[in-house]
Amino acid sequence: MADTNKNNIDLDFVYDFYTKMKNNNVSFAYEGEISHEITKVFSSLAESHIAIDNESNSLKRRVFHVMIESLQNIGKHSGEKIDKNSPTDGQGIFFMSKTKNEYTITTGNSINKNMIPNLKTKLEAINSGNKMSLKKLYKEKIKKGRLSEKGGAGLGFIDIVRKTEQKLIYSFLDINEKKSYFVLTSTISRTK
Amino acid sequence: MQVIRIEGTDDTPQVILDANPNNPIMEISGRSLPEDVVSFYEPILEWLEEYSESPLEKTILNIKLEYFNTASSKLLLDILLKLEDMADDGKDVLVRWHFPDDDEDMEEAGEEYEDIVEVPFEQVSYTID
Repeated sequence: MADTNKNNIDLDFVYDFYTKMKNNNVSFAYEGEISHEITKVFSSLAESHIAIDNESNSLKRRVFHVMIESLQNIGKHSGEKIDKNSPTDGQGIFFMSKTKNEYTITTGNSINKNMIPNLKTKLEAINSGNKMSLKKLYKEKIKKGRLSEKGGAGLGFIDIVRKTEQKLIYSFLDINEKKSYFVLTSTISRTK
Repeated sequence: MQVIRIEGTDDTPQVILDANPNNPIMEISGRSLPEDVVSFYEPILEWLEEYSESPLEKTILNIKLEYFNTASSKLLLDILLKLEDMADDGKDVLVRWHFPDDDEDMEEAGEEYEDIVEVPFEQVSYTID
């Protein structure tokens, strides 16, 4: 009998999850390890998914680009990893949603709280930039910057905002005294 | 000089570096989002380093990428900086930056590299399909 009850709860959860996805226009959701293979597979999936919608090549490229950079961010920077020694393959959550006017790509991953001030400053600087200042910032960064041990160039956020011309939406949710959950949404306009 | 010939995959570009004076080819094309960008581009940078010691009369690098991630963009700059060193030494160097005619972002990326490095650039548009 205990098993039957458990099944009922699971089935409710599935329907609840489905309804929430639909209400939020989520067409794709994933939680788990973000390896290089997963990044590639999801990006090609999104590419073919968008192709069905008959979107322009430039929109397709932008969604593909934002996906790759977002997924690689989780892989490299998530504070949660199965293999602690892996420089990439962090754990996180990933959503893609579509409405009449836009695609949104949302990622979530845990980070150490001591990273927040730095990350906030970076995101605020990028969000307050305009086309010209972001171009300048990108050039400065690519010239001065060195690749991190994780192989990141520190250009991902700037590049997303430059390509989408939309501000990043983000928040930090409390997990415990040491960790927060970092949620980030990028928006790609379908009408541009 | 040794010839580098790397087949392209869905995440790494095709690379041909052949300094044969009768038919030199230097080309990077396709997609670039390698799992480990540094180790992918290392042999290419080493090849260029060796080549720059006694380059051909004219060096033309063709870059025809359809996609590259930000980590690759940093390594592409390192490649272009090697060419800049050669140009600074008075060598005849040219970068041909190929972009699909409907890809403004790729066109702009080429213009930005042209702004950053002191190497002659030629923008070449092409049509897909």
